[in-house]
Amino acid sequence: MPVAADANQKFSAYAHPERLVTTSWLAEHLGDEGLVVVESDEDILLYDSGHIPGAVKIDWHTELNDDVTRDYVDGAGFAHLMRAKGIRREDTVVIYGDKSNWWAAYALWVFSLFGHDDVRLLDGGRDKWIAEGRELTREKPQPRSVDYPVVERDDTKIRAYKEDVLAHLGRGPLIDVRSPEEYSGERTHMPAYPEEGALRGGHIPSAASVPWAKAAAEDSTFKSRAELEEVYLAGAGLREGDDVVAYCRIGERSSHTWFVLTHLLGFEHVKNYDGSWTEWGNAVRVPIVKGTEPGDAPAQAGA
Amino acid sequence: MPSDLAEIVDDFQALSEQERLELLLEFSDSLPDLPERLADHPELLEQVVECQSPLFLTLEVADDADQTVRLYFSAPAEAPTTRGFASVLHEGLNGKPAADILAVPDDMPDALGLTRAITPLRMRGMTAMLGRIKRKINEALAA
Repeated sequence: MPVAADANQKFSAYAHPERLVTTSWLAEHLGDEGLVVVESDEDILLYDSGHIPGAVKIDWHTELNDDVTRDYVDGAGFAHLMRAKGIRREDTVVIYGDKSNWWAAYALWVFSLFGHDDVRLLDGGRDKWIAEGRELTREKPQPRSVDYPVVERDDTKIRAYKEDVLAHLGRGPLIDVRSPEEYSGERTHMPAYPEEGALRGGHIPSAASVPWAKAAAEDSTFKSRAELEEVYLAGAGLREGDDVVAYCRIGERSSHTWFVLTHLLGFEHVKNYDGSWTEWGNAVRVPIVKGTEPGDAPAQAGA
Repeated sequence: MPSDLAEIVDDFQALSEQERLELLLEFSDSLPDLPERLADHPELLEQVVECQSPLFLTLEVADDADQTVRLYFSAPAEAPTTRGFASVLHEGLNGKPAADILAVPDDMPDALGLTRAITPLRMRGMTAMLGRIKRKINEALAA
């Protein structure tokens, strides 16, 4: 870890406090050797309209995804991207973005698939930085010329495929982080978002409904550890040691929840099902549940 | 298509993808503020819910021979792509005869050449904006 962690008091209660930095910490450390700041937003022009000085942009849609396969870039593609952004394997990467860090958390999760060791989120993201009146610029940095090794993506630990979720039914908890209307099947897309093509509405059998925003405070920062435990342990019934799968519509909001469960609450076996409802709601011969109750997981063949 | 809008489409087409995004940002920056009478009365505007970011619009059709249309948009600075597209429509269509606007092809947003850079979801929001404008013109003409 080339850049020291933020010793902020609030973070010390989290399982992995070194995964977060405050806006004031970042303001002090901008320009530190070994630190690269990355902005990753939903709105692709937002970075260009003004960003934290020195930050580079990563576009989740065009840069983290493979062009032709519905998958992430491979090891060579990731190495190419890192070199283009001036990021070395040993660098500390701090990611921030819009909408309480949805896409920032998504980018962090993809960095984690490649085992990039030190990658952190800016607590409160872009909104908090701006609310505090901190500096923004339109000047784009010229990334330095660096090398980044080709590291194969490891999908086994933190990523779930549809088959993994089918095998998980009845064996471990699922967290559905979409809105209550999407969960019940009343609608198949987010409130105020257009239809994104799921044929059926509802949720994966036995999944608990915990909308992602329950982890975020008003100012886009993460809630305290005690508040998060109230939501996920007392509220959703998760227990220490659980294998958990989180999903949403395309995997971005559930990356936020994956971050909370893994790095803030310390669950060691959490997977993000990035196929999420756009895959599950359209897949042939997979069960769904409609309505507000989680429903029972179907009996497993051979179980 | 009105010539002003056709020219904007040509401008986009002549650029590389990265330059197209820069041009869209310039449009976003130049979206005019609402006139006071509308800025003080947001209820007079209609939200285009298909857009991923808040976008409000309204229009007026003049009682002249051309049925000249005046367009008004409002979108926050945190939504630059949405603002940018609103601004393209404003610059290309504001002050044009109703019939000319109604004749704009529904898939005109695709012609800007942004479909690879911008997610399908957002492109649909842009198409919805144009659809909403046409619907409101038809409503105004029928009234």
